Amino acid sequence: MRKYSVFAVAREAMRGHKGWEAQWASPEPRKEYDVVIVGAGGHGLGAAYYLAKEHGITNVAVIEKGWLGGGNTGRNTTIIRSNYLYDESMDIYEHSLKLWEGLSQDLNYNVMYSPRGVMMLSHNVHDKQSFQRHVHANRLHGIDNEWLTPEQAKAYCPPLDISATARYPINGAALQRRGGTARHDAVAWGYARAASDRGVHVIQNCEVKGIRRGQDGAVTGVETSKGFIGAKKIGVSASGHNSVIMAMADVKLPLHSVPLQALVSEPMKPIFPCVVMSNSVHAYISQSDKGELVIGAGTDQYNSYSQTGGLQIITHTLDAICELFPMFRRVKMMRQWGGITDNTPDRSAIQGVTPVPNLFVNCGWGTGGFKATPGSAHLFAYLIARGEPHKLAAGLTLDRFRTGRLIDEAAAAAVAH
Amino acid sequence: MLLIYCPYCEEERSELEFRHGGDAHIARPANIADITDEAFQDYFFLRDNPKGLIFERWRHIHGCGRFFNAARDTVSDRFFASYKAGEPKPDLPGVAPASEKTVETYEATEGNAQ
Repeated sequence: MRKYSVFAVAREAMRGHKGWEAQWASPEPRKEYDVVIVGAGGHGLGAAYYLAKEHGITNVAVIEKGWLGGGNTGRNTTIIRSNYLYDESMDIYEHSLKLWEGLSQDLNYNVMYSPRGVMMLSHNVHDKQSFQRHVHANRLHGIDNEWLTPEQAKAYCPPLDISATARYPINGAALQRRGGTARHDAVAWGYARAASDRGVHVIQNCEVKGIRRGQDGAVTGVETSKGFIGAKKIGVSASGHNSVIMAMADVKLPLHSVPLQALVSEPMKPIFPCVVMSNSVHAYISQSDKGELVIGAGTDQYNSYSQTGGLQIITHTLDAICELFPMFRRVKMMRQWGGITDNTPDRSAIQGVTPVPNLFVNCGWGTGGFKATPGSAHLFAYLIARGEPHKLAAGLTLDRFRTGRLIDEAAAAAVAH
Repeated sequence: MLLIYCPYCEEERSELEFRHGGDAHIARPANIADITDEAFQDYFFLRDNPKGLIFERWRHIHGCGRFFNAARDTVSDRFFASYKAGEPKPDLPGVAPASEKTVETYEATEGNAQ
């Protein structure tokens, strides 16, 4: 792999850009791998990368039905933060945030991580108490999060309307300065390139149709549209389709898949300095480096794999955005899309062993999986390599729905997160 | 937005009038205090989450207020039928069951091969 650098850009500029090589190889599958990962999103590709980099396991394939990063990795609003309430969540999202900070250097790929700050608006007494509880919990855990008065919030994000006559008055805000955004495609591409460089096979357009198991019940490989591929271990990380894949091994999961929508506006000059979220009116917004406003809407209420969603959901979000930021009322929306999110009853992820030997699952990231990408991938690699979870992911087991040790971020956030 | 037929009101109304109520035909164990943790997990948390045909509950919350069941395709979001609570799953000729499982056990693939 030729290293990307300013010198490489200069060299290629002189040569008419004829020396760039393919970012990753597209090999035909081998007969057998030590590890097969199902799903080439950020989590799956990242897990393959860390398996090769940190655990010395390079005989790895990442199998993808569609194209690389074409699922939820390319369908989210790219928000990164770690200001969760419960220890288990803070552990993993903060682990992830720390990895985000050095990811571009680690991968030699610019993932455009931009710690521009994530501000969560408080509109009423309940919000204020809830967010201040988050702030205190985070600070006790060594995570930056601070409480701002309305005036301080306005100073950080000038487009805010903090007047008393606003439709949704603002009585403060919680700000995580290290939170921000990153370029979602670049995360998938960067991991794919770095993993491929270490010998990992990235196999696209290859649908998993079955999971084969031996006499002892342990997995022996996957049936795919390119034939049978043997595997000593299988890691499933297929976001909205986890239930479908795991059903092939007779494992039932506590998941329901629902569409989550987002939309972007026409590009504008830099106008919006940070990420703003409002849980109460359910709107979140940031501006991409291309200038588009990136706006996240809510989930539909019913199970669906349709990768679309109801118009009333985005209408509701745009109503809220226009009330919060009247200056955006005449902005045109350019694209809208939906991704299928796999949600758990407690809205926390599941990463762990399954009742089937050598079959591991990384699922339930629901509506907030992008921010977790490096951390989740890193710990999933550990799980697959060692056969037991890392201590930072020890609470995210599938078993918690039997034992009752839920991580109830659903109640903590009272909103899709 | 979905158009949903309420079997009590006997008309198709906008999704805004309805609240989704999760999977249908899940019977609450009569002896819930006595069942094992595994059985409770199975009843309370584990779901098929099918890609294809699903049987689900809806409540006509801004209408008659009543619960009913519906059969829908989770890929196209098309409704096949809606029917009153307590009625059995309807026969749906020509509708394939959801996400046919290709369970690859040793027995299934190798049979009696030595």
